[in-house]
Amino acid sequence: MTEAEINSLKESGKGKDTYNQPDFYNIDDLLSDEHKMVRDSVRSYVKRELSPIIEECAQQNYFPSHIVKQLGEVGCFGPQIPAEYGGGGLDYISYGLAMQELERCDSGIRSTASVQGSLVMYPIHKFGSEEQKRKFLPKLGSGEMLGCFGLTEPDHGSNPNGMTTHFTEDGDSIILNGAKMWISNAPEADVAIVWAKNPDGIVQGVIVERGMEGFTTPTTHGKWSLRASITGELVFDNVRIPKSNILPKVTGLKGPLTCLNSARYGISWGALGAAMDCYESARKYASERHQFGRPIGGFQLQQKKLAEMLTEITKAQLVCWRLGNLMNNGKATPAQISMAKRNNVEIAMNIAREARQMHGGMGITGEYPIMRHMMNLESVVTYEGTHDIHLLILGMEITGENAFT
Amino acid sequence: MKILVCISVVPDTTTKITFTDNDTQFNKTGVQFIINPYDELSLTRALEITEANGGSVTVITVGEADTEPVIRKALAMGAGDAIRIDAQPKDGMYVAAQIAEQAKIGGYDFILTGRESIDYNGGQVQGLIAEMLNWPLINVVMKLDAEGNTIKATRDIDGGRESLSVDLPVVISAQKDLCEPRIPNMRGIMMARSKPLNVVVASDKNDYTSIASYELPPAKSGVKMIDAENAEELIDILHNTEKLF
Ligand SMILES: Cc1cc2nc3c(=O)[nH]c(=O)nc-3n(C[C@H](O)[C@H](O)[C@H](O)COP(=O)(O)OP(=O)(O)OC[C@H]3O[C@@H](n4cnc5c(N)ncnc54)[C@H](O)[C@@H]3O)c2cc1C
Repeated sequence: MTEAEINSLKESGKGKDTYNQPDFYNIDDLLSDEHKMVRDSVRSYVKRELSPIIEECAQQNYFPSHIVKQLGEVGCFGPQIPAEYGGGGLDYISYGLAMQELERCDSGIRSTASVQGSLVMYPIHKFGSEEQKRKFLPKLGSGEMLGCFGLTEPDHGSNPNGMTTHFTEDGDSIILNGAKMWISNAPEADVAIVWAKNPDGIVQGVIVERGMEGFTTPTTHGKWSLRASITGELVFDNVRIPKSNILPKVTGLKGPLTCLNSARYGISWGALGAAMDCYESARKYASERHQFGRPIGGFQLQQKKLAEMLTEITKAQLVCWRLGNLMNNGKATPAQISMAKRNNVEIAMNIAREARQMHGGMGITGEYPIMRHMMNLESVVTYEGTHDIHLLILGMEITGENAFT
Repeated sequence: MKILVCISVVPDTTTKITFTDNDTQFNKTGVQFIINPYDELSLTRALEITEANGGSVTVITVGEADTEPVIRKALAMGAGDAIRIDAQPKDGMYVAAQIAEQAKIGGYDFILTGRESIDYNGGQVQGLIAEMLNWPLINVVMKLDAEGNTIKATRDIDGGRESLSVDLPVVISAQKDLCEPRIPNMRGIMMARSKPLNVVVASDKNDYTSIASYELPPAKSGVKMIDAENAEELIDILHNTEKLF
């Protein structure tokens, strides 16, 4: 899309997005003024810059790369990372609310921010050297640089431990070989956090930079989901990387899994955002659309749908809020995060499907956001641990039995 | 350049307005308060001007403690500090007198306001402050620049535009189109926590008016849809029922 097209969409879409979140249990009373300010800021930004263009971006399978800088300016990259390293210096509820507002617009936009904040900035901040932090974090925080996270491989998705991407040592360098697949942001990324096995077969994190010889990032085509986000591969063909690019403070799968915890936490808020957007659209449509001489919202079947949607949204809001407090106190367990991610994505998918039916034929068009959310959520239920995998994590937590292998 | 930006705290534009006490009090229950949108413009432009030319931006509000979350937002947008004059903003005269007094104490040389607050739409405060300080006022400005101590402002006039130039000190009120209001970012929100918000005791000033009662506009009657083929029915209604011709 050209700048002129984007500007004309922004002009014609001005003021049309009137979204406000449902809050049946006055959960806002549990938020601080600062939390609400965070939410308002991201929402205002979304309404001004993203809502007018998102549908067209998704229709055209276009990643609006101009928004990377904007997301940085608003502070959507790592709001929970300390300010001295380019983050926002806020808490986990603020981070969750920011992800919720972005995904209320589109899961693809939220994905870009989740990856940058939780999967790129977070590991550099948590496991990186002081030098790595100073070099990369401020630029990632401001959106001057875009990052991606390479864990999944063509033959190893749910089982990352089986990864074959590996490196050998050569003096002050390492030589990296292998390939990663399904990597969000990859084709436009300036840096990649790549998880690979060292000569002893132990997983380590490596910062791979655009321009290193033998490193390419082909785009994945033909997606029906997250069409406003860009996905690709990371291919390493004897890439020589200075040893100083290895993340020094973590070894083993714990590294990537810790990052995923932070991102999954954000997704549990994000998916709820998508759910609330579908609900709000359905609620409005039900009062505007007349059949048989009355608004369809007057029929019991439609009321049942809306009542059940609002019930699930309210439960999920409480789960997010509680989990956010556990995160703030450093007490959230991976299994608790799995439950929230799994539940909230599932209810979002169900709500999207019900909301789509409530919109009748209109529901399949881009006039309404429903079908886009519905298709996006198919990725969200798969990445960052599939629905099944989170069930197994919970199963193991409950019974102590490992049902993975 | 020491800029003082006057912030009025007003109900969100989507608020459903109701009254209590025999229609003499505005019912604040459940109402979301925001920075007056015109003040958001003047604050944004003040920040842009000081970022380019140096100087400081202080925001000032006449209001009670419940206005503080909104004042924090002004700090999150980028104002360096805030003054809250602890009083109910009674009428334009009262508010202007309070602000003029603080403006003298603080030694500001540039005061920005909105063209009016969107709740009571008085549009008096800027003129009264200018008069009390004996400064010039440029009212309802939609373009504003500063070069050294000289302020250049453009305003809409009937059928055209007027460009003015004035030396500090001056009072200027903002109109829409002045700029795009700034959205506070995460870092600004975090930094606003520790910025000074000074509460000062209101001095004894007169308010000259009091509200006798409020009245809502009559409820809009519903829309009656008439079939495109039925032009005669429409004419009949306009002629016989509404008696428009
Ligand atoms: C749009 C998109 C963006 C992505 N972005 C990234 C990214 O940025 N970085 C990254 O590293 N990855 C990314 N991924 C990859 C994603 O994390 C993986 O797709 C996911 O982990 C699943 O892996 P897989 O696709 O190989 O499926 P598989 O692991 O092959 O799973 C196939 C099916 O088998 C089930 N299954 C697997 N193991 C078990 C078991 N033990 N018991 C029961 N059922 C099982 C799964 O639940 C699933 O239903 C992205 C994916 C998508 C679609």
